[in-house]
Amino acid sequence: MQELNYPFDPSYIIKKRKSIKRELLADGSARIKKKIAVFGGSTTNEIINTLELFLLNAGIEAEFYESEYAQYEQDAVFPSEELLSFKPDIVFVHTTNRNIRNLPEVADNKEIVDEKLKAEFARFENIWNSIRDKFHCPIIQNNFEMPFYRLMGNKDCSDYRGRTNFISRLNQAFYDFAEKTEGFYINDINYLSADYGLKEWSNPSFWNMYKYAMCFEAIPSLAFSVSNIIKSIFGKNKKALALDLDNTLWGGVVGDDGVDGIEIGQENGVSQSYYEFQSYIKQLKSLGIILTVCSKNDHENAIAGLNHPEGILKPDDFIIIKANWENKDRNIAETAAELNILPESIVFVDDNPAEREIVKAQLKGVQAPVMDSVENYITTIDRSGFFEVTTFNEDDLKRNEMYKENAMRNAQQASFADYGEYLKSLDMKATIGDFIPVYIARITQLTNKSNQFNLTTKRYTQTEMEEVWHSPNYIRLYGKLIDKFGDNGVVSVVIGEKREDTLHIDLWLMSCRVLKRDMEQAMLDTLVEKCRQNGISKIRGYYYPTKKNGMVRELYGTFGFTKISEDENGNTVWELPIEGYENQNRYIEVSDNE
Amino acid sequence: MTGNEIFARLNEVFRDVFDDDSIVVKPATTANDIEDWDSLEHITLISAVEKEFGMKFKMGEISSMKNVGEMAHIIAARATR
Repeated sequence: MQELNYPFDPSYIIKKRKSIKRELLADGSARIKKKIAVFGGSTTNEIINTLELFLLNAGIEAEFYESEYAQYEQDAVFPSEELLSFKPDIVFVHTTNRNIRNLPEVADNKEIVDEKLKAEFARFENIWNSIRDKFHCPIIQNNFEMPFYRLMGNKDCSDYRGRTNFISRLNQAFYDFAEKTEGFYINDINYLSADYGLKEWSNPSFWNMYKYAMCFEAIPSLAFSVSNIIKSIFGKNKKALALDLDNTLWGGVVGDDGVDGIEIGQENGVSQSYYEFQSYIKQLKSLGIILTVCSKNDHENAIAGLNHPEGILKPDDFIIIKANWENKDRNIAETAAELNILPESIVFVDDNPAEREIVKAQLKGVQAPVMDSVENYITTIDRSGFFEVTTFNEDDLKRNEMYKENAMRNAQQASFADYGEYLKSLDMKATIGDFIPVYIARITQLTNKSNQFNLTTKRYTQTEMEEVWHSPNYIRLYGKLIDKFGDNGVVSVVIGEKREDTLHIDLWLMSCRVLKRDMEQAMLDTLVEKCRQNGISKIRGYYYPTKKNGMVRELYGTFGFTKISEDENGNTVWELPIEGYENQNRYIEVSDNE
Repeated sequence: MTGNEIFARLNEVFRDVFDDDSIVVKPATTANDIEDWDSLEHITLISAVEKEFGMKFKMGEISSMKNVGEMAHIIAARATR
């Protein structure tokens, strides 16, 4: 819903909250259900109301637990039976500088202030450890906003007795904890309040009258920020940008003005703004966001524009360049198909409102932010939260490279008449084995991102994945694939639970970029091998249909499993005896990770 | 701005906030007359009214206003739009 995308109008959301919710619930879109516990240090009613809307808009239907007023610490450390049985998927600790108990006094010496800092941090650390221990779920924790007055003026920030100084140090301690703790995410209200305007944000009348720790109209910004973290945790981030060229990546029209006529570089304010925007996009690429072009242009003009000596983005930075006179919605649909991602994973960036409207109308779920003037481009993309980072690993760093290699593979495939010959020419080597620590984050990320080649679409949080990893009741496999064009990274995960002589497959997923390479067969071969070692005599596979995983409906059938049941919703159960199984992978050289 | 105009606009705000098109506010209307009007919704209402008329209530007024009539009275003195 456009009203909930950046830049939203907070007063509109506050006023229309009930009818917005009604509309969202009636729009017929499929949503995942999640339970969210909000442990507040101040009033949280409207925060939850607004968070609910942003999550619905992001495809998440949330059920909430709300602490009694300011009971965040009690709920974390001594949770009630009701709270324990709620079993949250996420705990959000909404504390603010109003909740700091041990603030420094002017008469304190350095040792006392250090002690206060330690005590305050220990109190929070105890809260987090208790949450992890009791709920085994990711934690979202506010840092602290700056105080709304400074007793010592400017010196407040550098003197150990200043509250500004104290809060900065406490925030740093939170960041250090976040850096070494999986499944712990900071909601940066220090940035949000600065961005909003600290004076307005901390208007004390909202605290004194209602015990809200921020002004009412700032609540949507806070809720939007939390919703971005949650949607990122549950794999609902965008993956790629489809960028227009003329008046989007440079000023002017390259086909009319010529390469020398377009505005990009250091010449004037406008060309510098485009330069800065290109540099921002290039940084997104280094985060693993896939860049593509979608422009109405002759191909050669587009390439000439991208080769402008003053520009930062070059043709090489884009995995796919669609510069033609086709309709843009069609180009974007093709781009999605070629990348093996869903159209809704693409953000369309175009200065032309008519193009944006057509694409949004034709491709459900594609977002097209309002790009009204070049000086606002970075702010608009950045504040929209499309690419909120919650995990960041080596594969993210290399993603563009990997998609580029894939494009080269496709080119090579075209030169072979026989598909088997092509696969042989790839020199594929796979490592398949039990989970190892360095890949746990990537494995968890895959369970939350994979929609198409995913038999059960079971999502795992980091904590749940660690439990599976430590349990003796599971057979776990990850698969990593390398070929002559490069390293595809971890591309497949299988988790099966051992019950008596049968292995029940809880999860089987694979990244679509290695489809039809024999990788799924190689995974099955190793799985059967592990079953033999564990005294398992049959494997039971489950397929639960979703809107997106139709491609694997018959996967177990093609493996040689026998279908043993099917219900009215299309859920199917399959079985394969271990005895007599013969390996199916023909083209990949497989080694174990041990 | 006439009292009628203020009430017409206030009525729209009330209908939006409580998501109820049957609401008709009168000078004597109080929180007891509208089912969902509790202390939490009161904050939403005040915020929406302030936005609608481009004005702010003083802290003391928010808790002391007895009915919609008193609210309209303050709005008449302070509205900027």
